[in-house]
Amino acid sequence: MPLLENGRAVADRWTYAVEGQPLGEGPVIVPSSRLSEGLGRAGGELGVLLAPDEAAETLRAALARLSLVAVRFPIFRDGRAFSQARALREHLHFKGEVRAVGHILPDQYEFLLRCGVTTVEAPENADISVWNAALQRFSVAMQPSIAPEKATGFGLRRFLDAAG
Amino acid sequence: MSTETLVRQDSAAPPVGRYAYDQVDRDFLRDRIEQFRDQVGRRISGALTEDEFKPLRLMNGLYLQLHAYMLRVAVPYGTLDSRQMRALARIAREFDRGYGHFTTRQNIQFNWIKLEDTPAALEVLAEADMHAIQTSGNCIRNVTSDEFAGAAADELLDPRIHAEILRQWSTLHPEFTFLPRKFKIAISGSPNDRVAARFHDIGLIARPGDNGAPLFEVFVGGGLGRTPIVGVSLRDDLPEEDLIAYLEAILRVYNEYGRRDNIYKARIKILVQALGPDVFRQKVEAEFAAMDRARYRLHPSIVTAIGERFGAPHFEPEAGATAVLAAARAADRTFDGWVRTNTHPHRAPGYISVVVSLKPAGGIPGDATDAQLDLLADLADEFSFGEIRVTHLQNVVLGHVRQDRLQELWRRLDAAGLGTANINFISDIIACPGLDYCALANARSIPISQKLSQRFADITLQREIGELRLNISGCINACGHHHAAHIGILGVDKRGEEAFQITLGGSGEQDASVGQILGPAMTEDDTVDAVSRLVDLYLARREGSERFLDTFRRLGTAAFKDVVYAAA
Repeated sequence: MPLLENGRAVADRWTYAVEGQPLGEGPVIVPSSRLSEGLGRAGGELGVLLAPDEAAETLRAALARLSLVAVRFPIFRDGRAFSQARALREHLHFKGEVRAVGHILPDQYEFLLRCGVTTVEAPENADISVWNAALQRFSVAMQPSIAPEKATGFGLRRFLDAAG
Repeated sequence: MSTETLVRQDSAAPPVGRYAYDQVDRDFLRDRIEQFRDQVGRRISGALTEDEFKPLRLMNGLYLQLHAYMLRVAVPYGTLDSRQMRALARIAREFDRGYGHFTTRQNIQFNWIKLEDTPAALEVLAEADMHAIQTSGNCIRNVTSDEFAGAAADELLDPRIHAEILRQWSTLHPEFTFLPRKFKIAISGSPNDRVAARFHDIGLIARPGDNGAPLFEVFVGGGLGRTPIVGVSLRDDLPEEDLIAYLEAILRVYNEYGRRDNIYKARIKILVQALGPDVFRQKVEAEFAAMDRARYRLHPSIVTAIGERFGAPHFEPEAGATAVLAAARAADRTFDGWVRTNTHPHRAPGYISVVVSLKPAGGIPGDATDAQLDLLADLADEFSFGEIRVTHLQNVVLGHVRQDRLQELWRRLDAAGLGTANINFISDIIACPGLDYCALANARSIPISQKLSQRFADITLQREIGELRLNISGCINACGHHHAAHIGILGVDKRGEEAFQITLGGSGEQDASVGQILGPAMTEDDTVDAVSRLVDLYLARREGSERFLDTFRRLGTAAFKDVVYAAA
């Protein structure tokens, strides 16, 4: 599954915990039910996959020891992950990687970045050029977001930095 | 027409009553059309499934109805200029069957659009700084406002600058474009609620605070549909600079906790009721307290800058205009009758606001032909600074008309079939498109509304009955706002036959209430007869200056039920 960052495919060094198997040593993403197990590991980077109905707030205590939080779209129409990502950045000041996974459309890519997502797991065989083009589509936005965007000097407008 | 009578602003001036686009806004619209063109292409290539394409299509205002695609065009806060009205006329003429349909959300729908024509239609709209963005889908919809904004004598604050700010803020909002369900915001600056603020997901009533800076009362969780609920007041004193922050907080709580397992339970009203208003308020306040408020602060300079893009009408001195109108009314009873029903007091001496009825006897509520749309554009240029408003009651308003020219305007309207003197009377019916067009409907709304309009066509009788709001919905989704009507009619499916249920006692105004079901559903003709009997009872039993609604509230359901069902 291609991993996208700034509109380009990048290498993915993370693996997902496999149910019923020990966590191993490398960078691993665990469900929140295995968070304490992950925190108990001797070393290795830890990520957590937040379920759509779990509040970002539940990670507050563990956040300093997490390198990644993944938010999940069970279907692209279910927009809870946008608010989870935004809460991780705005309320919890999380500085690590926020990854969006699940059923996501390229048309949502810019929205994800503006809500604080850094990487997106695109579907297998995704046309990366379509995802990249989605970031070039608009040059301005009309509302505050948590991305570091510069105001244009008029009204609510801010510049969107095109990636790629 | 002579130059003396032309009150159109010069072309360089911003349009009166609405925000003037600049090149950045126009480029944004072009980019949006290109995005949709790309989405259509990806659907055709199979890169997008139909399930994936549908919400994207809806967010561009394109519905698939029973017989064709329907394009719903946004009229932000219900205000448009003559140039835009002519673009709508052109779309009616070139892409539809010669008419458009004004909706209860101040938008206009075209019911016979071909899918392959939609990019071209969107181009015509874009040339006039118009679009169909977010007129559908589970996002923040077009923001509606008072049809007499900036004109009404009773207004405390023109809400359209804040409506424009909310339009911009909600456009392609990164966090709130995939909500549990659609989200509708209405804003008014008058204590006399003409926007049904208490029946919206969020209703805002603006007023100047002690220091002159705007304050907002915030209603949340109102709505009609299957579960009609009057909204609750979350707070009464929201300062302008926190307007965006507070709305973000409400939307975040909704996005996080709103139900997604059942579309009939997914509106914010269900969440507010499920949590209870107090718990809901606590969650909003907690989010509001925790968020980075500086980031969302609506600085007064932003409001000023956006406000400066609005054109203001330059009113002439009164110069005897009031006396001219008084004399004309005294000399012409028909004209006087129209003035009594179809005008609204203006804040500027010598001016008046005019409601153009789109409800002629036997007509289809809210429909206008391309020729009528063009005429309204011309009349707006000649009589009202080129500004036109769409009302949530499916009529059209010319906001700023000189009183000494009112009779001339009336004659021009009347000659074009737009002079019906029935505003707020029983034939000023709200009706949804119903089963003639809509894929969701159980029954046809239009034929029964035409029959009722014919039954009460006698204007003397209507005047005798007085204010009476009659609304018709073709199904339980309640697009015709039947719950908020003094007499509401709901189309249902009764063993495969179209039938109609009557509700009584609803109101969408500051005395908001939900209508009560009177009894079993009836056939179309029996329903028309039943409405006649309800009205007869009211006329027989009313006291003093009681409206139908007041008499109903005093007498209660039983008497009205008897008169409908005992006779049968």
